[in-house]
Amino acid sequence: MSGKEYYISNFCTIRNGCVFKNGKLIYKDITSESLKDFSKNIYKFMELNYSKFHKMDELCKLGFLASEVVLQNEENVDEDTALVFSNRASSLDTDRKHQHTIEDREQFFPSPAIFVYTLPNIIMGEISIRNNMKSENAFFVTETFQPHFISNYSEILMNTGKASSVICGWVDLDSNKYDVFLALLSTKGIRRLTKEELSKLYNQ
Amino acid sequence: MRKVYLADDTIISPLGFSTEENLQNLRNNSTGIKEVLDDSIWPSVFYGALLDNDSLSDAWGSFSNDSDYTKLEKMMLLSVSKLLKQNPSLNIHKSGIIISTTKGNIDKLREKNNNKAYLGSIAVTIQDYFKLEKTPTILSNACISGGLALAIGKRMIQSALFDDIIVIGGDLLSEFTLSGFFSFQAVSPKPCKPFCKNRTGISLGEAAAAAWLSSDIKNSKRSVIEITGDATANDANHISGPSRTGEGLYKSINKALKEAALSSNHIDFITAHGTATPFNDEMEAIAFNRSGLKNTPINSLKGYYGHTLGASALIESIIARHCLLNNELFASLGFEELGVSQPINVITTNSNQTIHRVLKTASGFGGCNVALIIEKTG
Amino acid sequence: MAELREELKEKIIEQLSLEDIEIGEIGDDDPLFGDGLGLDSIDALELIVLLEKDYGIKLKDPKEGKAIFESVGVMADYISKHRTK
Repeated sequence: MSGKEYYISNFCTIRNGCVFKNGKLIYKDITSESLKDFSKNIYKFMELNYSKFHKMDELCKLGFLASEVVLQNEENVDEDTALVFSNRASSLDTDRKHQHTIEDREQFFPSPAIFVYTLPNIIMGEISIRNNMKSENAFFVTETFQPHFISNYSEILMNTGKASSVICGWVDLDSNKYDVFLALLSTKGIRRLTKEELSKLYNQ
Repeated sequence: MRKVYLADDTIISPLGFSTEENLQNLRNNSTGIKEVLDDSIWPSVFYGALLDNDSLSDAWGSFSNDSDYTKLEKMMLLSVSKLLKQNPSLNIHKSGIIISTTKGNIDKLREKNNNKAYLGSIAVTIQDYFKLEKTPTILSNACISGGLALAIGKRMIQSALFDDIIVIGGDLLSEFTLSGFFSFQAVSPKPCKPFCKNRTGISLGEAAAAAWLSSDIKNSKRSVIEITGDATANDANHISGPSRTGEGLYKSINKALKEAALSSNHIDFITAHGTATPFNDEMEAIAFNRSGLKNTPINSLKGYYGHTLGASALIESIIARHCLLNNELFASLGFEELGVSQPINVITTNSNQTIHRVLKTASGFGGCNVALIIEKTG
Repeated sequence: MAELREELKEKIIEQLSLEDIEIGEIGDDDPLFGDGLGLDSIDALELIVLLEKDYGIKLKDPKEGKAIFESVGVMADYISKHRTK
């Protein structure tokens, strides 16, 4: 594919109780008993002050925190920053919670605050609100992270002028098993964007 | 940049098992929304557009003896099978496939440990059925999924990743989504009435559809229908409430028009999202006014299909293609009197008139919006 | 009534995930929406569920919520008059 050269400006991985920024461990918490506590501890560690965070479901919290890491001290993003996310389980973690509220017809109290999170793209809405990003969003569901597809699609968005930069990656949560990898792609940086590089960074 | 043509399509819905049957029902202003009493979905009567199980089984039976598929799988497999049958030159093995669905087999979540509840299971089913080398990609982007899937297909063809793309869309009318929309106080006690003063919320529906996007103009039938512009934009405002300024929709319309090198006065007709909730329709009217589209004839097909979620914008784009092919416009069913604060030109009766360019829009939870420009270019 | 008001404050914080707010910070007459606690449209819908689930009150028209959810004090008055559980 022809086009400009793009770079992986920043990336963040949240996995096994650890948060990495650009490959370096920045936070570790293997003692939290729940994912909720783990996310809250990262929130505190990052000294965030954003009350909407506490209302998010667990999938959104993870994606939100990774986006905060990726965008920390980053001045090259504007409202044309696109979001291209993917995962395996969609919003199944919250789907199960909503299902639980409607399991019993005698105790049938579906909650709007839960239901609204039964769509995986809500996470991109949350990040857009936080950063005033008014751009392209797409949420893909695939069995595993597809660096080839995701980098191709992100390049298309930048090549066609539909986005100035892209935050792309993988935000998956299923029965407390989570795996998060977000990367900021733009025209600036030192790591050239290739599918091999994106794959390498995801797997490291 | 390569051009992208809407070559052919199929719709599987309560209004019929082919696009032609669907069109016939639109011409008669017949709705698929009926009074439903089905305890597996809801304990009391509600209005929705439910696909009859027996009719689906009959239609499915003409393609396969295997009844071991879920309802949504049958709907989606049927739509693709029909598309392939109609187009012997379309090679599914060489085509890119994008599946648009918000909730997939969500009705299976009730059964413990049923892996069909994973959204990805539908992609594997389609892969296995058509013996595809790769698992198709699923797009799950709330209520704009069907339109966004077309936009993504277009972009992939333009970037020469594929010559042909098959977009498949589908969602069920389930207890899961119905209960959620009820908790949002968003379900209408009567069939929905988009843009109407008397609107009281949405009616849900279920449907599937398949569309063939091609880079080759020779695959066009009758007239040449092309997607010439597309864009999505987030409101960056609220995760469920539509923007009060229609910001994201306005932005996506402008970007799509710019790509198509058109201005708003070139648009002959808008097929809107029009869910019939008070806030959504109001937001759309504001965005269309900001875009200079207040006089452009506009309809919502939700009065015919209900809101079919991941299928809706795909079906509405398919119908737009046929409106261009046949030079006809369909009345916005359920509409009586304008009920939005900004003027818009809602179509009240079916008519035949020459149309060249259609704007398709959709908006959804998460603040997402999509706009497509569909043109007759030959 | 004071007891009901305290109970409501606790439930509001819990149900609406207002982690940064303590019970003592919510005054009986503080507006819940707008400049007050900054609740939004989803919170309003969630309060409708709370009324039904915990107090057996089903609003005929969700628009009624606007007046009822003005403050904890107003909510408590309404609940004590209409509760069925």
